[in-house]
Amino acid sequence: MKTMFKILASVIFIGFATQINAQKVFSTKSGQLLFNASGGIETIAAVNNQVDSKLASATGQFVIAALVKGFKFENQLMEDHFNENYMESTKFPSSDFKGYITNIKDIDFSKDGTYTANFDGNLTIHGVVQKVTTKGQIKVKQGKPTISGEFSIKLKDYGISGSYIGDKIAGVVTIRVNCTYQN
Amino acid sequence: MHIQKILFVFSLTFIVFKVNSQSVDLFAEKYNGQSSNIITATFKSTRVVNGQSIENVGTGIMDFRISHRFGAISQGSYNLFGLDQATMRIGLDYGITNRLMIGVGRSTYEKQYDGFLKYKIIQQQDGERYIPFGISYVASSIYKTLKDLSTSYVPYASDRFSFAHQILIASKINDFVSVQLTPTLVHYNLVENNTIPNDFKSIGISSRIRLSKRVNVTSEYFHRIDKLAGYYNPLSLGIDIETGGHVFQLHVSNSNGMTERTFINETTGSWAKGDLCFGFNITRAFTIKKPKELRGIKW
Repeated sequence: MKTMFKILASVIFIGFATQINAQKVFSTKSGQLLFNASGGIETIAAVNNQVDSKLASATGQFVIAALVKGFKFENQLMEDHFNENYMESTKFPSSDFKGYITNIKDIDFSKDGTYTANFDGNLTIHGVVQKVTTKGQIKVKQGKPTISGEFSIKLKDYGISGSYIGDKIAGVVTIRVNCTYQN
Repeated sequence: MHIQKILFVFSLTFIVFKVNSQSVDLFAEKYNGQSSNIITATFKSTRVVNGQSIENVGTGIMDFRISHRFGAISQGSYNLFGLDQATMRIGLDYGITNRLMIGVGRSTYEKQYDGFLKYKIIQQQDGERYIPFGISYVASSIYKTLKDLSTSYVPYASDRFSFAHQILIASKINDFVSVQLTPTLVHYNLVENNTIPNDFKSIGISSRIRLSKRVNVTSEYFHRIDKLAGYYNPLSLGIDIETGGHVFQLHVSNSNGMTERTFINETTGSWAKGDLCFGFNITRAFTIKKPKELRGIKW
């Protein structure tokens, strides 16, 4: 009985260990998203430091999700306009990207280093889904990956409108991602 | 002992199961699960028309506010429908924290200086922690510097003060309608004679209705419970227009005071007699202190 138990336990242990190695999920709830929509003299930029993100090392599945209301601006009035007039955050409370790192096989999460990652997936902003393909960087340090990257979107692709867009507010917005994951 | 082992094995299987299920599909998982969501932008500005709204200016933001009130439109063309009789107030408001703001101002009416502080006690929230309304407290003091005509009594400096305490209870019902109740107590340090009390209670009712992304209609009415004879309850109707960093508030009112004491207790005009005054507020927000999240970010 005792040996039976030992065998059983070790089998399960091995199973458990390999599962973790093969399908590790990295996650964070304090990722950072920044965007810059400055069109003219005024700086229109915001940051959200409570971004939810997960990354599966085996499949390359990658999700990043942010609450629209979590973006902080320099100016409260801008923040209110952003929520009420442009993003309509009561109707569309969150924005997310769901996709894959297509070259996940090239990234070794057990080895420190800097890797280039190709992202391919769907970006949902203001309730509109668009395909996005972009490059980013994955830095692995002591088993903890950090994803960083920058890409731009056209506001009109996401149905965001207003008379200031193209004037005070840039029509093309730069988005910057910065997420350090726990393992 | 035996039972313990079985339990151990069972728990291990459970862990394995959990790890497996977690790695199945990240897309199907829930994100940004948060317990509550603070309701913002109940009103467009820190004032509804004359009175305080539940809104504060943001942390580190300085709001420069110019208010004009003209005379009664019913005065006709001789005074250019009241435009010859402008009173004005310039003020600076500042957000110390996201709950506390202070402000100072100077009105031409009675050469008043005023200062106030406003604190958000409860913020309206939805989600898991549901609070259907917000509560703020405003304390303001007004110092009148107009020289008195009376010669029989030389007033002390303290006689020139009056105070107002207000509780703001506001609810953003939906994206289009917000309402606010404002129980108010106004205290005069000096009144004209001993038959007049020093404390005056009143209750305000304000609303904001959103017409479009940039245009809102506001209303503000104060019902006086204790009344000074010869004055009327103030009723104001306004339009808030937003343009980027500015908010324009245009309104008609039977009052042309801009400090609590003046517009709540000492409104000289009457809607019934057509004593309507046109007025406007213009605000411009300046960032004095950047939020710390945004410091040191280069584009």
